[in-house]
Amino acid sequence: MKTYTDTGKKDTRSGFGEGLTELGRTNPNVVALCADLVGSLKMQDFIDENPERFFQVGIAEANMMGIAAGLTIGGKIPFAGTFANFATGRVYDQIRQSIAYSGKNVKICASHSGVTLGEDGATHQILEDIGLMKMLPGMTVINTCDFNQTKAATLAIAEHDGPVYLRFGRPKVANFTAEDQKFEIGKAVRLYEGEDVTIIATGHLVWEAIQAAQKLSEKGISADVINIHTIKPLDAAAIIKSVKKTGCVVTAEEHNFLGGLGESVARTLAENNPAPQEFVATQDTFGESGTPDQLMDKYGLNAEAIIKATEKVLKRK
Amino acid sequence: MSKIKELEDFATQVRRDILRQVHKVNSGHPGGSLGCTEFFTALYQGGVMEHKPEFNMDGKEEDLFFLSNGHISPVFYSVLARSGYFPVDELNTFRLIDSRLQGHPTTHEGLPGIRVASGSLGQGMSVALGAAQAKKLNKDNHLVFSLHGDGELQEGQNWEAIMYAAGNKVDNLIATVDLNGQQIDGSTETVLPMGNMRAKFEAFGWDVMEIEDGNDMQQVLDGLNEAKSRTGKGKPVCVLMTTVMGNGVDFMMHTHAWHGKAPNDEQLETALSQNPETLGDY
Repeated sequence: MKTYTDTGKKDTRSGFGEGLTELGRTNPNVVALCADLVGSLKMQDFIDENPERFFQVGIAEANMMGIAAGLTIGGKIPFAGTFANFATGRVYDQIRQSIAYSGKNVKICASHSGVTLGEDGATHQILEDIGLMKMLPGMTVINTCDFNQTKAATLAIAEHDGPVYLRFGRPKVANFTAEDQKFEIGKAVRLYEGEDVTIIATGHLVWEAIQAAQKLSEKGISADVINIHTIKPLDAAAIIKSVKKTGCVVTAEEHNFLGGLGESVARTLAENNPAPQEFVATQDTFGESGTPDQLMDKYGLNAEAIIKATEKVLKRK
Repeated sequence: MSKIKELEDFATQVRRDILRQVHKVNSGHPGGSLGCTEFFTALYQGGVMEHKPEFNMDGKEEDLFFLSNGHISPVFYSVLARSGYFPVDELNTFRLIDSRLQGHPTTHEGLPGIRVASGSLGQGMSVALGAAQAKKLNKDNHLVFSLHGDGELQEGQNWEAIMYAAGNKVDNLIATVDLNGQQIDGSTETVLPMGNMRAKFEAFGWDVMEIEDGNDMQQVLDGLNEAKSRTGKGKPVCVLMTTVMGNGVDFMMHTHAWHGKAPNDEQLETALSQNPETLGDY
């Protein structure tokens, strides 16, 4: 079985910061905006190198989204960064009208998604953002799994013409994808070939899926594991192909089971290849304060939960 | 013919266009449109804005305009069409299925002259600010104009933008507020009194000027040119422009009743008789 090596835990938000810094050096049209969270979003290096291309808007996310939309008129590529909660739910209508409906080339960069931002608690832990963003026509939705992939995605979305929601997080998580990877928007990444079950994961739950697949293998269960970094547009072909072979699927994400990756997979399969599915996700609940590990355990968002879901779905085949 | 008379004739035709657009589909917003007819005419026809009807979204090396209170689309569409952005005949398609002239302006159907969707209120100033900042980055000395309803300023995002604009010395922006004192549920005084608008903008650090009669072409033209002369001095410029909603049609004036209501056949006839055809109906 192929091994994936964690080269050292790193936060995905730092992958975004490094990607943005590189863009500052390579693409003169890239500009950045932030709503008083520069340190949290790791934007300081970009700002130091390109002070004239950075816009500090203060604690005013609605205004930030509008300014970002306006900056595209004149050819700029704005990267607007804040916490996922304030980058989506708080400013949904600004994104809807001024960015998505207006077809503006804005990159919404959202850190601290999900419960694993930890101790700040539910006011800051959005578990609905993927759903909100994927419902907007024309919006590309990306949720990266580790530092390297987040950096690669940050570089890739600058080349994509259209609005993008890029979701990443606060905690340090395993960094296991290739440093020099090419990030292809909308293209699933196959991590393991297997016959019994398809495990489709997004974000840092991809690492949990890898751990789960290894433990399942010890029990004689072979899993086809897919890393879905782009939730919209979804790589339906890769999903259908895998589930045709395995006959059942487990989806895993740090998001509400309503509106997330799991629902997108379920819709794809319902239309093309109906199959039993289990959802590793939060169960229509708010989060709470705690450490990331405690929260992942309590809300069933880890390898153990994926294993349990797999055992359950196998019985439904 | 004097320049002012020419512009007034243009405005009269625009008023006919507004009335005929909303009458045909029995929907739309004539009140605010009629009130801002002189403003749009001065902007696009009076030489206030340097603009290019061969439309380019990026708008480099030209002045830009953003309509924040998108419901007054009839006046915007008429003035854009009659300024060469798209065929005047297309006004016939206002609010119809498959039209580029949506109820509220949008880029979505590719209508030339529109650079952002508006309709959900309070978002236009932020977008205008972004465009103004992009002009500065591009070393483009042209200006950005925006228009906002007075009732629209009840939306909080405006005040985020107003604070940002002054704090960041966005002095290539001229934001005009249409002070007609009316909104859907009644007068602004009865719905939500907004106090002293000049004092508010000044307190936020803007250079504020007034157009006392926003339905007097000479005053509007002079006022907007004065606003232009105040740009580039470290402060965003606010023009508080008092208008009469429904201006130019006697029975539509001084009331909020015609904010979002179309005239019937008889009312249209009366309204048109008060605004004779000057440039030819579409």
